[in-house]
Amino acid sequence: MTETRKAPGRGLKRLAILTALTLGTAYGLVFFWTPNEADQGFVQKIFYLHVPMAIVTLGGFILGGIFGFLQLRSGDRKWDLRSYVAIHLSLMLAVGTLITGSIWARASWGHWWVWDEPVLVSFLIVFLLYACYQPLRFSIEDPDKQARYASVFAVVAGAFVPLNFAAVRLAQAYTHPRVLGGAQNSMPGSMQLTFLLAIIGMTLLYITLWKFEITSKTTRMQLASIKRRLDSDATGSPA
Amino acid sequence: MFRNSIDLLRKDLLLEVRGRESVPAMVLLALSTLVVLHFALGQTSLDGELASGALWVTILFSATLGIGRLFVSESEDGGMDAVLLSPVDRTAILVAKVCALFTFLVAVQIVIVPAFALLLLGPHLAPALPKLAGILLLTDFAIATVGSLVGAIAVQSRIRDLLAPLLALPLLIPPLIAATHATAGILASGGPAGVPGRWPLIIALYALVFGLLGIALYDNVLDD
Amino acid sequence: MPALPLDTAGRYVAAAYLVFMLILIIYVAIMASRLTRIQKDITVIDEMLKTRDEHAAKAPPLPTEASAQQ
Repeated sequence: MTETRKAPGRGLKRLAILTALTLGTAYGLVFFWTPNEADQGFVQKIFYLHVPMAIVTLGGFILGGIFGFLQLRSGDRKWDLRSYVAIHLSLMLAVGTLITGSIWARASWGHWWVWDEPVLVSFLIVFLLYACYQPLRFSIEDPDKQARYASVFAVVAGAFVPLNFAAVRLAQAYTHPRVLGGAQNSMPGSMQLTFLLAIIGMTLLYITLWKFEITSKTTRMQLASIKRRLDSDATGSPA
Repeated sequence: MFRNSIDLLRKDLLLEVRGRESVPAMVLLALSTLVVLHFALGQTSLDGELASGALWVTILFSATLGIGRLFVSESEDGGMDAVLLSPVDRTAILVAKVCALFTFLVAVQIVIVPAFALLLLGPHLAPALPKLAGILLLTDFAIATVGSLVGAIAVQSRIRDLLAPLLALPLLIPPLIAATHATAGILASGGPAGVPGRWPLIIALYALVFGLLGIALYDNVLDD
Repeated sequence: MPALPLDTAGRYVAAAYLVFMLILIIYVAIMASRLTRIQKDITVIDEMLKTRDEHAAKAPPLPTEASAQQ
């Protein structure tokens, strides 16, 4: 009955310290070491925040789909919880990605929104889809049904993410011919290193927050079950 | 399995013919959208990209209505229990729903494409019709595969009328991108241009992926 | 601090990083509200345990009851 197996919060402290170190180093390097980019100048520093955030967000959405798939395979609600937390976190980061992307577009192109930037456009579409996740989830009352349909959504939307990016990029590639992904290849070594560190840091941040939220939710559920047991003790035994 | 699908499809179509719940509403919404587009754009005739965009917006909006209603008969009268109790493969239910939605879409388009040509389209419809019909049928199939999955998810929710379009529209953007590009050339003012093969290919691949997703997930979607 | 070019470019970069900070802070706020709820639950459980112990002190428990509670 009591779960004395491994606690979900194990290792959280170490992970948090590691995250702080990596992210701190990465953004320290961004501002104190990496040279300004020749083309865009100081504005390009947004790149080290926006792009890792976008990559981690999409990774999180796909992770949510994988967890959703495992929930459907096993019927174990713990996978649904994991999928839910992954998507919930990615949604928050997606808002950040859209805002920082918009700021970057404004700073380097002079417009808050640029329709011929396929990544930004795809991101908006993906965000609009995932914005329906929570309304869907919380409008289904039965917990088993909720877990199942939320997981079906997670799988469908997870599969949609790469499809959507491919379709939007393809459409743009034919209407506005441009060199795909040319910027990253010509980066000097110091920029590449900093960028890599920023991606690792952002990934660690995501994992830390994910574990943190899972721990918090599991704790609450454990408390609820303790409360139920105490309740039944109080009513079950004659006073 | 095929027989089951056909029986289920016949049930859906019979319900529609008797009750007339989805198709007339879809047609009316489409016609209203055309009128709205006329005033919103301030144009009396459209061609090329604008015509293609107007047509697809109209079709998508009416399709979301159909998607929202697709599973209503099952969820309201306990019909899903009856369907699930009968020894029918889940895939057969999926196939029947995809075919039903496809039929509704085609029925709607038989009315609204001529109406669109009459009300808004600049170039003549007749020379563009064969290619346009091909793209329409292909995209209808994509909408049907996506829609039957979305409809089955949304019907479980308390707010299904809100969720069906909100889920369906983003999911339909990739085929919409391909369909508008393909149709823009067909409806160009100088007569229909050729359709580059990649657009129908994208739509077909998208329909295929969602068809496979539907087959993989339908066991989990249809329980009660 | 590095020589921050506090022209337009600097302001945009600062804004972007502020957005990130803000999102993290909002997240912390959400988690803080959850922690408060957990705290409330623990207080309730604490109360329940106290009343139970008081009952147990007044009337010595029957052996069956004690074994049931373990």
